[in-house]
Amino acid sequence: MEQVPLAHLLILSSALFFLGVYGFFTRRNMITMLMSVELILNSVNINFIAFNKYLFPNQLEGIFFTLFIIAVAAAEVSLAIAIIINLFRKFNTVDVEEVDTMKF
Amino acid sequence: MINESIIILRFEWLIALMIVVLFVLNLMGVDKNPKRFMNIVNAMLVINFVAGFIPIKDGYLFQGFYHTTALIVLEKNILNLGLMLIAFSAKQWIIESKRPAEFFILMFSSVLGMYVMLSSGHILVLYLGLELSSLPLAALAAFNTDSRKSSEAGVKYILSSAFSTGITLFGISLLYGAVGNLGFDAIIQHIHEDALTLTAFVFILAGFSFKMSIVPFHMWTADVFEGAPTPVTNYLAVVSKGSVIFIFITVLYTVFGKLENAWLLAISVLSVLSMTVGNIFALRQQNLKRFLAFSSIAQVGFVLVGIAGASNMGTDSVVYFLVIYLLSNIALFSIVEAISDETGKVTISDYKGLYKSNPFYAIIFTVALFSLAGVPPTAGFFGKLFLLTSGMGSGMYVLLGFATINLVLSLYTYLRVVKAMFIDPEEERMPLIKKSVLTNFVLAVCLIGIIILGFAGVFYQYIDSISSQL
Repeated sequence: MEQVPLAHLLILSSALFFLGVYGFFTRRNMITMLMSVELILNSVNINFIAFNKYLFPNQLEGIFFTLFIIAVAAAEVSLAIAIIINLFRKFNTVDVEEVDTMKF
Repeated sequence: MINESIIILRFEWLIALMIVVLFVLNLMGVDKNPKRFMNIVNAMLVINFVAGFIPIKDGYLFQGFYHTTALIVLEKNILNLGLMLIAFSAKQWIIESKRPAEFFILMFSSVLGMYVMLSSGHILVLYLGLELSSLPLAALAAFNTDSRKSSEAGVKYILSSAFSTGITLFGISLLYGAVGNLGFDAIIQHIHEDALTLTAFVFILAGFSFKMSIVPFHMWTADVFEGAPTPVTNYLAVVSKGSVIFIFITVLYTVFGKLENAWLLAISVLSVLSMTVGNIFALRQQNLKRFLAFSSIAQVGFVLVGIAGASNMGTDSVVYFLVIYLLSNIALFSIVEAISDETGKVTISDYKGLYKSNPFYAIIFTVALFSLAGVPPTAGFFGKLFLLTSGMGSGMYVLLGFATINLVLSLYTYLRVVKAMFIDPEEERMPLIKKSVLTNFVLAVCLIGIIILGFAGVFYQYIDSISSQL
């Protein structure tokens, strides 16, 4: 059976990464910004698994790293959501443009 | 084997034990009486600090995932000192916050993450430590749930921290593709200067720059520093930044040591940008916490000059400078905290005539500012001197020129505050701040440290002797 070439997976993951970065800088909703960060982390996961499967198939390091990234990302998001909920109680909005008590 | 893992992991075990004790105390309801609770916590911190000096031999654990050397032990002791002094100076604020157990559990978890990070021998452990040290900090920045500024600071910190982690991880995944193994030793053996490795390095550098708040990745710093409660700001500026700089040196010198030609220029450009932008923006700040945020950005720029030296002296001078930076900043933040707790005043114009109302604070504030600016009798001068000498080693004279100009500029920046305290006529007399014993103790330690460390060559020689063993 013919396999998908490694380059295709790397193009996919790079595209995901830069979509995430683009989303992080252009979206103004905090939850959407968090989702963009998740896109970045998923692109990292694809990278790790692709490299592991194609270049270093005799070890599992990339897959282990992916498992840890998923777990830590879950913790990170739950903490971020908790902080955002607390902010929503104060500001009644999750728009970063309107959360501007401190400025230069 | 079990015995050995307990001895080598001593710092981590002790902090973990303290976290468990705090949970138990919380269950028993001891933190309903914050004063008593604070005494217990402070006693634990003193024990933790003293226990750090019990000698510990170098060693590896878990197939090289974890290692410890004399230099790492020294770095952990420095962080311990910072943690202890910050907790002492924050006593009053924590008692008033009504949630002391929560505060210290978060803070100790963060320190535990830093220890794991400093001792890491594998990028996976480094990543886990970095996350464990930065996630509780976001919760700490948003600790004051009644304040709009505090929750704003928390959101800004967690978003920028998550984003920077993502960028670092992308770099790490590319490095994995290039090298095939993420243990530090394996990377050192297999790394080559090719396109994939350099791309990976750029992403990793960008992620670390976020954590160290190097220009152009510094946007979050001022807002988070201003919004977070002052003890947390103190912790962010001193302990958190210090630990990331420590591990950054290790990663740069050992893991990416072979790419030296590639990173020297990058580090120099970042250094010039940080120094210049930090100093220029600090000039126009009115809020002292924002002022100290930009001053810390400029200080990291000077640290990068030392790192650009790329020699043993780079490590020595950076560790030495960070101790002085730690003491000076803790003194400054403790005074800002004592005054803002009592009167709610945090702007530079509020400090006009401070010398007349509170001469003790004004003098220590001045000495600490002089130390940051690098004025001769204080240790800050020697710190800057060693950093610049180290930078001279790699022959980047343009970088040194910029550093010298910035030294003069920073003197003006800091003297602006000194002028406000000593010369400007006071607009509204500040009441005499009632002095708490612990704050005075912290200030005394900082003052003695700032004055003595410069003349005690023993300390620098000690750092030099343990860093040259590596």
